[in-house]
Amino acid sequence: MRVEDFEYLAKLLKDRSGLIVGKDKVYLLETRLMPVARRHGLKGLDELIPKLRSGSGGEKLMVDVTEAMTTNESLFFRDTRPFDLFRDHVLPGMMQARGGQRKIRIWSAACSSGQEPYSLAILLKENQAKVSGWRFDIVATDLSKEIVDKGKAGLYTQFEVQRGLPIQLLVKYFRQTGDKWQIDAGLRSMVQFGEFNLLTHPRSLGQFDIVFCRNVLIYFDQPTKKKVLEGIADIMPKDGVLYLGGAETVLGVTDRFKPIPGLRGIYQRSDGEPAVKMA
Amino acid sequence: MKTCLVVDDSRVIRTVARKIIEELGFEVIEAEDGKVALEKSEERLPDGVLLDWNMPNMDGLEYLRALRQLPGGDKVSVVFCTTENDMRHIQEALAAGADEYIMKPFDAEIVKTKFEMLGLTA
Ligand SMILES: C[S@@+](CC[C@H](N)C(=O)[O-])C[C@H]1O[C@@H](n2cnc3c(N)ncnc32)[C@H](O)[C@@H]1O
Repeated sequence: MRVEDFEYLAKLLKDRSGLIVGKDKVYLLETRLMPVARRHGLKGLDELIPKLRSGSGGEKLMVDVTEAMTTNESLFFRDTRPFDLFRDHVLPGMMQARGGQRKIRIWSAACSSGQEPYSLAILLKENQAKVSGWRFDIVATDLSKEIVDKGKAGLYTQFEVQRGLPIQLLVKYFRQTGDKWQIDAGLRSMVQFGEFNLLTHPRSLGQFDIVFCRNVLIYFDQPTKKKVLEGIADIMPKDGVLYLGGAETVLGVTDRFKPIPGLRGIYQRSDGEPAVKMA
Repeated sequence: MKTCLVVDDSRVIRTVARKIIEELGFEVIEAEDGKVALEKSEERLPDGVLLDWNMPNMDGLEYLRALRQLPGGDKVSVVFCTTENDMRHIQEALAAGADEYIMKPFDAEIVKTKFEMLGLTA
């Protein structure tokens, strides 16, 4: 790949999704973009890149290129512990703080095909007695339309449902349809899916008490991470909480958030008192 | 060291499973059917069992039922690992006392997460 073509693609991806592609990832560009080129009836990157540059491939080609480069890997109850903390500390703490309105809004900000928001919906269902009379809004968004549609359908392969999901929960909340497994309609109706690009400010989505922004900041550079985190701080009440992925942190990125002592991977607004504390 | 009994009539599967489970820090014992598995379990109860369903002599379900009758046999964590991948089989296995269920084909990641869920690995 020519240097200027690489630079063009890297800039396109960064502008559209925030993704940083290092020079060592040329092979990744090639292997992931070849199938896109073919789908659009092009022979290879040599034909794809001029089409992108001239704009003659249209918006569809840009979107396909961007989506081909994102990593959608996800699993149910990813890393387990964050979800245990949700059940044992975050949920009870937030419920105590919201006793007046009995309403809690949760945002899964890079939801991929829905494993993360559905894990939360399952936890709420499993604790039905405790949350009865409450309203939970779970809003799940992702950059990629294709992946959001997959989340909406709630259809997973045998491989996907075996990763992270205890068998009792599979039996309880999924139906088998052909060689796929579909999460039941009750749970699907608990999650509102939509497309949303984290590079834009989230004010249009409203306020959220709890935000999951896991395993997406790792793909961004520092200024983008900062911008995304500060946007989240803006739409979070002073006592709200933020979840990041295991390899992510706010430290050295923004001072709008700080870690909540004892709750690994969970952050609070620096200028507030979190509704959730380690008892 | 914790022990895990791998029960499968395919030697290839046993070898693959052994490798994965040894890497999780277990001592692995193999059995080629339910009958042999039961004999080995009577000698010494394993901490975990990775269990195929369809096998000659004694199938996985029969073995599981017999294991649960042994003194202390209720404490063994049993993970089915089978090509039977429909809801009816899964429910039957759970009713018989299986703790987890893997639908073949499987990989190291799946075995690892299932073992973690059962608290078999740290
Ligand atoms: C590795 S997945 C993480 C999924 C889930 N949060 C988890 O932890 O398992 C990363 C997701 O981030 C999405 N993504 C990447 N850039 C994005 C952006 N600019 N706006 C919104 N979503 C984005 C990708 O489409 C992908 O589905």
